Amino acid sequence: MKPGFLSQNPSVLWFLAALGLFTLGVTVLAEATGTGALSTSFVKTLGKTLCLCLIAIAMDVVWGYCGILSLGHFAFFGIGGYAIGMWLMYARTEAIVSESMAAAVIPPTDQEVIDAIGTQIFGVVGSSEFPVIWAFSDSLFLQLLMVVLIPGLLALVFGWLAFRSRVTGVYLSILTQAMTLALSLYLFQNDSGLRGNNGLSGLQNIPGFEDTPQSMISIAFFWASALALGLGYLLFAFVTSGKMGSVIRGIRDDEARVRFLGYHVESYKLFVFTLTAVIAGIAGALYYPQAGIINPAEIAPIASIYLAVWVAIGGRGRLYGAVIGAAFVSLLSSWFTGGGAPNVNLGVYTIQWTDWWLVLLGLSFVAVTLFAPKGIGGLFDAIAVRRTPERVGDYGPDKGALRQEEGTE
Amino acid sequence: MSTLLEMSGVSVSFDGFKAINNLSFQIGEPELRAIIGPNGAGKTTFMDIITGKTKPDEGRVLWGDKGTSLLGRSESQIARAGIGRKFQKPTVFEAQTVRENIAMALKNSRGPFDVLFYRKTAEGAARIEAVAKEVGLTEELPRPAGELSHGKKQWLEIGMLLAQDPRLLLVDEPAAGMTPAEREHTTDLLKRMAETRAVVVVEHDMEFVRRLNCKVTVLHEGSVLAEGSLDHVTANQDVIDVYLGR
Ligand SMILES: Nc1ncnc2c1ncn2[C@@H]1O[C@H](COP(=O)(O)OP(=O)(O)OP(=O)(O)O)[C@@H](O)[C@H]1O
Ligand SMILES: [Mg+2]
Repeated sequence: MKPGFLSQNPSVLWFLAALGLFTLGVTVLAEATGTGALSTSFVKTLGKTLCLCLIAIAMDVVWGYCGILSLGHFAFFGIGGYAIGMWLMYARTEAIVSESMAAAVIPPTDQEVIDAIGTQIFGVVGSSEFPVIWAFSDSLFLQLLMVVLIPGLLALVFGWLAFRSRVTGVYLSILTQAMTLALSLYLFQNDSGLRGNNGLSGLQNIPGFEDTPQSMISIAFFWASALALGLGYLLFAFVTSGKMGSVIRGIRDDEARVRFLGYHVESYKLFVFTLTAVIAGIAGALYYPQAGIINPAEIAPIASIYLAVWVAIGGRGRLYGAVIGAAFVSLLSSWFTGGGAPNVNLGVYTIQWTDWWLVLLGLSFVAVTLFAPKGIGGLFDAIAVRRTPERVGDYGPDKGALRQEEGTE
Repeated sequence: MSTLLEMSGVSVSFDGFKAINNLSFQIGEPELRAIIGPNGAGKTTFMDIITGKTKPDEGRVLWGDKGTSLLGRSESQIARAGIGRKFQKPTVFEAQTVRENIAMALKNSRGPFDVLFYRKTAEGAARIEAVAKEVGLTEELPRPAGELSHGKKQWLEIGMLLAQDPRLLLVDEPAAGMTPAEREHTTDLLKRMAETRAVVVVEHDMEFVRRLNCKVTVLHEGSVLAEGSLDHVTANQDVIDVYLGR
């Protein structure tokens, strides 16, 4: 980190302080470590929300700062989840199987144990063989490596192909969406080796911690998520500050001009795309043990679209905006869809929020895009009276979106 | 004066329309050259070819002391080789400050990791100040470039060229939108820059070209119509017919 980095970016300190306070507050109110005012399931919801905030800042860097509207980052998130889920499932099934087989008169051979684990895990898809992709599932270390390697490599190859052929704007978004769709359709198949639409389950049970209550596990994951978000925030604040930030924002606003200054734009995009994909994978690996289950529906393109909506509502181009957007919208969403919001009886029609929440979200998205392009984060400008540059130029390299119009509100 | 850039037999067509037709052109180092020509003569396209934005259908573009080909190199490679460009429509990064704009152009390593771990140096800061002073934007350094007037944006773009420290500068209509005083300052600056490097200026304004007091190339329908001193070319009957006579 550069000397003076924090002093030049005071908002980073503010954010870290707020995150620290929040973590402290939740710890004091949690069941395992405090008064118990917050239920274990709510602590899990909060922990998951922090993971969503982490992927949201990654999305903000790739989209809000670099101008690449990726509709594929939730795929990287899901891959991270699957990678850790494979180990969780394998190790836990192994523990159960060995325990039940230990009671047998003849001690089982290693092969018998592995076959029994296979039957347990893949029985639901009518198989008992371990697919090749599970080769490393018995090693926590290797699966953790997969959490970063697979999203990173996928992003690197995909990005290299796409950026090299100068695919930009809407076409690039469609391409990332196609990648996401292909991945989720593949995972839906029973012979994908990842249990088809059943996905991986029981991920909340951490092998080796069978006797630890979920209340304790939930707060531990909450801390880990908070730490990851804090570190991720620092990392991205570092990347988007200084000269790198200048070049990245330059690419968003006029990539041809950046090229004529001698910067190899494709390398920069590839760097940003891959780095954010890796962080998305890490966020996913922390999220799914708290969710307990992952299935291919989580990777569907709609998830990545939600991600873009969160960032837009929170205010793109500022990291704390993405955090606010993700936390606000995802918590609100679980409140509405979880039946928390009272139904509105209009006499002739009763608005049930479980059905109407998406409509409300869609309308808010349109409203924000049209009337408050800076999102919720824009409110901070009003408070801080900090002068932000009024943008006159076009927002990005393509003419597909109404960015210019958005910006001159 | 040695040859820095040599184009020969270059042609480009867009959907069958020949924008550049068998064009040959040479510039030495140092040298100041003005290019004039009616609208659509191919002046901007000529710059697009040199900077790698447009690939020619045929012809050669050779660069530097060794005469290596520029064809097939990417825009960023060509820029790093030492060719800077100012666009017809001022293109600066409006959301960023004048200082950030100049800093981005400053001659430094351009790799992503060099840039990521780039440390601000006193030397760099001094260089930015010097460039800003040269183009009269010292006061504006902390201001967002989007707030500048049209003329000042032109200045900023010229400043970014200075910061890049290229061997060849391609300047497309620098005086557009400038006040007479600013124009005068621009000619002085261009002349000064041309003392140590090659500078190609595209300009419509004859007064401006006269003040540059340099060799002039007249482009018409994608090829060179005449070349020589301003008085020489303006006396040429072809030039009068297609350009001045209208
Ligand atoms: N990408 C393109 N596709 C199709 N036609 C093009 C393209 N670029 C340029 N042209 C055409 O090529 C011709 C030369 O254009 P160019 O912009 O080089 O002219 P110019 O001399 O710079 O004119 P001006 O003085 O108006 O700037 C014009 O007729 C233009 O319409
Ligand atoms: Mg032109």
